[in-house]
Amino acid sequence: MILGKVVGTVVATRKDERLIGSKLLIVQPVLPNGEPRGGTIVAVDTVDAGVSEMVLVVSGSSARMAAGQADRPVDAAIIGIVDDLSVDASA
Amino acid sequence: MRVARVIGTVVATRKNRTLEGAKLLLAQPVDPDGTPVGPTQLVIDSVGAGMGELVLIVLEGRAAGTALGRRDAPVDAAIVGIVDP
Amino acid sequence: MQLARVIGTVVATTKDAGLAGRTLLVLQPLSPRHESVGLPLVAVDSVGAGRGEDVFFVRGREAAYPFHPAVVPTDASVVGICDTWTCDAWDIDARPVEPPQGRQPRARRRAKKSTVESGT
Repeated sequence: MILGKVVGTVVATRKDERLIGSKLLIVQPVLPNGEPRGGTIVAVDTVDAGVSEMVLVVSGSSARMAAGQADRPVDAAIIGIVDDLSVDASA
Repeated sequence: MRVARVIGTVVATRKNRTLEGAKLLLAQPVDPDGTPVGPTQLVIDSVGAGMGELVLIVLEGRAAGTALGRRDAPVDAAIVGIVDP
Repeated sequence: MQLARVIGTVVATTKDAGLAGRTLLVLQPLSPRHESVGLPLVAVDSVGAGRGEDVFFVRGREAAYPFHPAVVPTDASVVGICDTWTCDAWDIDARPVEPPQGRQPRARRRAKKSTVESGT
């Protein structure tokens, strides 16, 4: 999983019908110190995350193991909202 | 599959129980000319490879689990052959 | 699978039900010479690993296998704690083949070294 910051939302009227009702968010992957790294991705939100929150994103086929995503064509899902991150960079 | 060179061994007493008894090796993927490419992989060995040997590895879970003979093992890389010298 | 060091933990109250009660660890992937390789990531612990320990982790769908039959939506899990490892390598270039996202800090080339003890 990676850490990311929600930076926006996506509205798509025409989409795969299995995505109807899914909330799609734009996520900027970040390092543990919050520094952005790499390009943004679009992930389906399963935990009701909001813009500017730090979240956990699961990728690949594992994304379909998130709640309610079993038959959906998704490859990235937000599965947690980070309350606290404790990292010892020297560890 | 990729060609890699066996460069090390790993000892891990505490591991997932489906990995008990599995031999763990460090394998460095290499180019055809022997140049290292990409990160070193920790692989399961079920064919009896040794240090310094050139081997064939799979970097995919289902194939790796099959190589280990345990389809439910949490592995994503395994040695499936030894390249003849 | 790859070697890594546990460098931190993540606390998330709001999360997928499948993650309830699971420990989320922040990992820094390592080369056999204990150099950082690639970006830190978050993995679910399946063996009781703790901060500062050297571990190995599995990526992809197989990362959910240690928790079977529970469904844990994870693409990375710690599946073993390294007691030691030895590395007899010639010069290893730790460049990732496919950077996970965007730019990747290029790992340095280092001179040969015969044995690396884990946990140093």
